[in-house]
Amino acid sequence: MTAQEVRLCGLLLQEHFGDVVEKVGTHLIRSGVLTLRALAYETKLALDLVKKSLCVLVQHGMCTFGAGRRGPAGPVEYRINCERILHMLRYPRYIYTAKSLYGDTGELIVEEILQRGQMTMSSTVKTVADRLTHNMPEGQSMDYSEVVSAFSRLVETHFLQRCPPMASAGPSSSGAVDTPPPVVTQPAEPESHPECYKLPYINLTGQGKRRRSSEDGEDDKRAAKKAKTDNSESGDEGIYWQVNFQRFHLHFRDQAIISAVSCKLDQTSSEIVRTMLRMSEVTTPAHAAFTQALSANEIFRALPSNYNIARPILDQYLTLLVDDPMEFVGKTGDSGGGMFVVNLHRALANLARATLESVVQERFGSRSARIFRLLLRKRHLEQKQVEDFAMVPAKEAKDMLYTLLSENLVQLQEVPKTPDFAPSRTFYLYTVNQLPTARLLLQHCYKTVGNLIERRLYETKENKRLLEKSQRIEAILASLQATGAEAAQLTEVEEMITAPERQQLESLRHHINKLDSSENQVDETIFLLESYINSTQASR
Amino acid sequence: MAGKGRGIAAFSFNIEALGLSRGSMPETQRGPTPLFPQIEYKPGPLKAGEDEDYMRALKQEMRGRMKDLPFNIKPHAGKGDVERYKEKYAKEIKRIEDENWTPDWNRVPKELKPQKKIIRKKRDTKKNAKISSTEKEELLNKLDALEKKGDVKSDEEDEAKGEKKENNEEGEEEELEEAYDEEEIEEENDYIASYFEDGDDFGGGSDDNMDEATY
Repeated sequence: MTAQEVRLCGLLLQEHFGDVVEKVGTHLIRSGVLTLRALAYETKLALDLVKKSLCVLVQHGMCTFGAGRRGPAGPVEYRINCERILHMLRYPRYIYTAKSLYGDTGELIVEEILQRGQMTMSSTVKTVADRLTHNMPEGQSMDYSEVVSAFSRLVETHFLQRCPPMASAGPSSSGAVDTPPPVVTQPAEPESHPECYKLPYINLTGQGKRRRSSEDGEDDKRAAKKAKTDNSESGDEGIYWQVNFQRFHLHFRDQAIISAVSCKLDQTSSEIVRTMLRMSEVTTPAHAAFTQALSANEIFRALPSNYNIARPILDQYLTLLVDDPMEFVGKTGDSGGGMFVVNLHRALANLARATLESVVQERFGSRSARIFRLLLRKRHLEQKQVEDFAMVPAKEAKDMLYTLLSENLVQLQEVPKTPDFAPSRTFYLYTVNQLPTARLLLQHCYKTVGNLIERRLYETKENKRLLEKSQRIEAILASLQATGAEAAQLTEVEEMITAPERQQLESLRHHINKLDSSENQVDETIFLLESYINSTQASR
Repeated sequence: MAGKGRGIAAFSFNIEALGLSRGSMPETQRGPTPLFPQIEYKPGPLKAGEDEDYMRALKQEMRGRMKDLPFNIKPHAGKGDVERYKEKYAKEIKRIEDENWTPDWNRVPKELKPQKKIIRKKRDTKKNAKISSTEKEELLNKLDALEKKGDVKSDEEDEAKGEKKENNEEGEEEELEEAYDEEEIEEENDYIASYFEDGDDFGGGSDDNMDEATY
């Protein structure tokens, strides 16, 4: 875990779960594995707070526990899953994808499960139905069956999966007073469970309940009690569902490839690649370097009907895709009109390379970018060769190379002519390695997001007084409007915020929006670089 | 390795190989780089579109909502504060959910379950311990005063302590009380008894003739 990752994880935990969980989580990340007592001692927090924090982290899948070094009889050890915390940055993207694929219902289901970590199917259905009913006009309500069908579709396409069951390793003793020996349970990998995507049978009929604002506490309490008893009746106790992040990531990767093809070539080629990816969704394992081989006949049959591409035209497009230097599609055989695969790993590598080149271009200018691209293609070059190939004057080429070198984007390789590395008799070659440079850039991205979050917190803190005032005034306005006040009273309340304050609030809102959008955008780059690095490691 | 020009600046490697010449060296860095350096190439604009706006709205909404969920654990608030009247209504308005969320105990190690506090005995011994430790502090303070004030005062303090001790219920207190009395008696003995034999001349008559310097 690098320092930047730890810092970002800490900020994300603090934003979503508060200071206590942040302290516990950061300490656990830094120390690796710890037992409960050691953690409480080192963080100097109260034991019950530490227990609650660990419960929250386990609930959200960010902390795993297992038998410690002393075996099943010893204390349980806890470990943090850093990747899972960094996924929190991408929550809006997951929710938006669910919305675009499965509509509002899908969106709310994914949002609820992301916020709560794990949920049973019945409780999800009820909560989502209630929320949808709340937004519908009076008199209408959302039926449970619609929500159930959206849920089933999400499970069928593997976007949601069951939480792995706990396999208890040790015997559980019945309540000794002082210290009952801890039952050590080992969570297994979700995919290894055979019923990972099987829907439980639940008898859940009804409609969403609208929350009435007039009858407040009692109604809610009654509804809450009723919900608890209902839960025990709907028959899916103990079966929890979580979001399958890997499936979402595969979806994002496919989207990236398709949009790259449509930018480079044209819309029709991207449709062909989309069809190929769709066909090989279920047959391709997660980190495969390329998809299953598909014959041109199959592709032709599977194309969407509104495209009306004739068979020879499809063949031409496929040839074009294969010949393209980006190597998105490769030809692996001639049977069935030609066997084609999508080169996933190479596509990711090319996308990562394009990202690196664009970063250099935006930061150092187009001539530095030309030198960088040159070094990527030609691997090792001497100073003189760089000047000649890049067609840049010597002095400027030197300057640019040294700037790139000081930023660690370019490395110097010494090749000796004699066994003693005498400087006058050694070649000094400039080189760029894509994988380490991608890692470097990824760390820069983490640092950037950390800085963005900190700046946002600073801006909010600076204007805290103003924000609180505006919130209070909004609450007053809302209550006045609910009880039916005159326009004069409303304007009087609105005028409590002066014009310069209003302007300040407006500019604050603008800044915070900008910072939030930037975080989302940097996260897209993070995703691309992470996918490339994982894919390279998997293919080794 | 000495190089031909003694005293003349000479690099140990062939400069030409790197394409440098003596006149065209890049400037040396003086001190750390500035915190907000000047950038020549301004960054491009953010992507702005419906998708991005929607995702940003989602992000802000989720952030607000997470603060109200029971997963957001707050540190222990000061117990001295009376629960304010408005808190009940603030909770309803903000729809803060029930603070007592419990995970499914089958999926979480048993040790994370909060243990119910039992056994009255423990509480009493704590009280006893607290009282005796505060008493000890008082005792130490008063012992310092003893040196200056003398024996009369110490009797008064004994009476005061005795009153306090009557408030306690457990019989252990009386044992401690006796121990304190014994300590006091012993200390008085310390002041009275002298460590030295009669024959020694420590500090006896050397005050008169101060010819020799004392170290």
